[in-house]
Amino acid sequence: MGRSLAAAWPWLLLVAVALALPALLALIPGLASGYVLYLVALAFIYAIVALGLNLLIGYAGQFSLGQAGFMAIGAYVAAILATAWGWPFALTLPAAAIVSAAVGYLLGLPALRLTGPYLAVVTLGFGLAVPQLIIWQDTWTGGSSGLHSIPPADVLGVPFATDSQFYYVALVAVALLTLFAARLVKSRTGRAFIAIRDSELAAQAMGVSLIRYKTLAFAVSAAYAGVAGCLYAYLLKGIGPEDFTLFLSIEFLTMVVVGGLGAIEGSLLGAAVLTALPNVLTRLPLVEEYKNLYVLVFGVILILTVIFMPRGIAGAWRSYRARRVKAPEMAGQPSVVKG
Amino acid sequence: MEALATLPWGQLIVNGLALGSLYALAAFGLVLIYKITDIINFAQGELGMVSAFVAFFLITAFQLPFILAFILTLVFAGILGALVERFIVRPVENTSPLNPVILTVGIGVLLVGLAGTLWGYETRPFPAPISGPALRLAGLVLSRINALILVVMAVLMIGLYLFFRYTLVGVAMRAVAQNQVAARLMGISVGRIKALGWAVGTALAAVTGIFIAPLNYLDPNMMGDVILYAFAAAVLGGVTSLPGSVVGGLLLGIISSVAGFFAPQLRTTIAFAIIVLVLVIRPRGLLGGRTVKKV
Repeated sequence: MGRSLAAAWPWLLLVAVALALPALLALIPGLASGYVLYLVALAFIYAIVALGLNLLIGYAGQFSLGQAGFMAIGAYVAAILATAWGWPFALTLPAAAIVSAAVGYLLGLPALRLTGPYLAVVTLGFGLAVPQLIIWQDTWTGGSSGLHSIPPADVLGVPFATDSQFYYVALVAVALLTLFAARLVKSRTGRAFIAIRDSELAAQAMGVSLIRYKTLAFAVSAAYAGVAGCLYAYLLKGIGPEDFTLFLSIEFLTMVVVGGLGAIEGSLLGAAVLTALPNVLTRLPLVEEYKNLYVLVFGVILILTVIFMPRGIAGAWRSYRARRVKAPEMAGQPSVVKG
Repeated sequence: MEALATLPWGQLIVNGLALGSLYALAAFGLVLIYKITDIINFAQGELGMVSAFVAFFLITAFQLPFILAFILTLVFAGILGALVERFIVRPVENTSPLNPVILTVGIGVLLVGLAGTLWGYETRPFPAPISGPALRLAGLVLSRINALILVVMAVLMIGLYLFFRYTLVGVAMRAVAQNQVAARLMGISVGRIKALGWAVGTALAAVTGIFIAPLNYLDPNMMGDVILYAFAAAVLGGVTSLPGSVVGGLLLGIISSVAGFFAPQLRTTIAFAIIVLVLVIRPRGLLGGRTVKKV
């Protein structure tokens, strides 16, 4: 009991800070707390995508450059259902998750035939094709002008209209999905993912069905991206195909890699760092005029992380802790990634 | 169906072959790098893009004739590719199958960011390498640049064929692609061959970049569409087959040219659909051999 409490207190502290954040920000004079909360909510939404992608890459060992495509599907499903059919948030959210998961499952099927990284090519094509299909199907999606005036999210009759209100919706979502991911990787399914990642042959020999668990990994990661897309649509109240570019997919990949492959808390960290980065960079005095410098910085960060810190921030922290307390906590991390 | 009959098929195929030559060159480079180093190079397009910028500045700022700028750019691309392999890719080569792939994605982002920061994101026209009236053959129109592309493609393919067939280095490259341990035992410096593979692959991407730029325009994101078609060409040809990548590239050029006529707004989607279809119907591609699974 004492030990589990000791392990849980950083998380409890984090939740307490997150709950109190709107009140804390309001204390700082002259700060546009609504905008900060909007950015934090956006980081939560990106963190959800990163969590799903981490389950896929870091645990199941499958690759994807198409998460923005799944996010777009979730966002458009929610937006279309909410604007054209008047569905409430309580229904559009599961609908977005289910449709994205179904597409993820279908994309996982041809992926089964691919050994190794050629899978990434399929997901790359998928991520590029989705925005194009959205523009093409303009009767539903509004084409390149997108969908706007999405009604505020409504939970049990309580509307979450402003950014500071919707912040709590995003917070609850990211908290629940973090818990779910943490439980999943410790379950039978999570162990099957890890077995496939470490050796497909050995996993098969132990009776792990590749078809079942690879497609499941794709479906789960797509469902996460779909939920994130739905939240994104409600946060921005308007979406367009240009919101879901290949670069966004690469950002998600960077978040997962920088945070730490195969470490749940790493995805949260990575999303926080890399959502803050462009906003900080564009505010620095010297860098201001190069407003697209963050593209270059993203590339540099990704390269340096893979070469010098392949387990990401979470992995570096874990090995630091392991050296100090001599308690190996590395079990969840990919054994093939060497430092 | 009437619409199909009235299509200018001959013209679309001629244009498609020229475009397909460029896909084929990029795909050849992808497959070559994959065969020699087991890495899918996601920076292939961006390496070609940077090379196109280098050629652009050699032609406009230094006033070099096109042929000289072309050759210098290929040398630059070769050196760039070898350096990327030696100093960025090789350190993580044996860490995990995913790390090198993630790394090439990072290199691609880095190059786009670098080009955007140095030269800006606005599109620029690329000077035409050749001018003059289009050639007319049996009712078909072949523009000078398309003719030049077909000639360059033919020369490069014959040259590469002779290189891999008859030169010692070419045979060494094939040996490394087939079995690295055996190649090393035969006294081949595997590291040098890998760097050379990246050099040749990058130079081929540069050729694609230099000739796509005058057809479209020059900007840091110019290769997005092109490289997806090159990937589709490699998958269609069978991932590990060099002749397959050429056949796949030419076929995809024709498909892309017809698709551009019918549904220009869906060109990327069509490339994606082809990749998925090939994998569902014939995962080894048209010319791919049996895949040998390494354990």
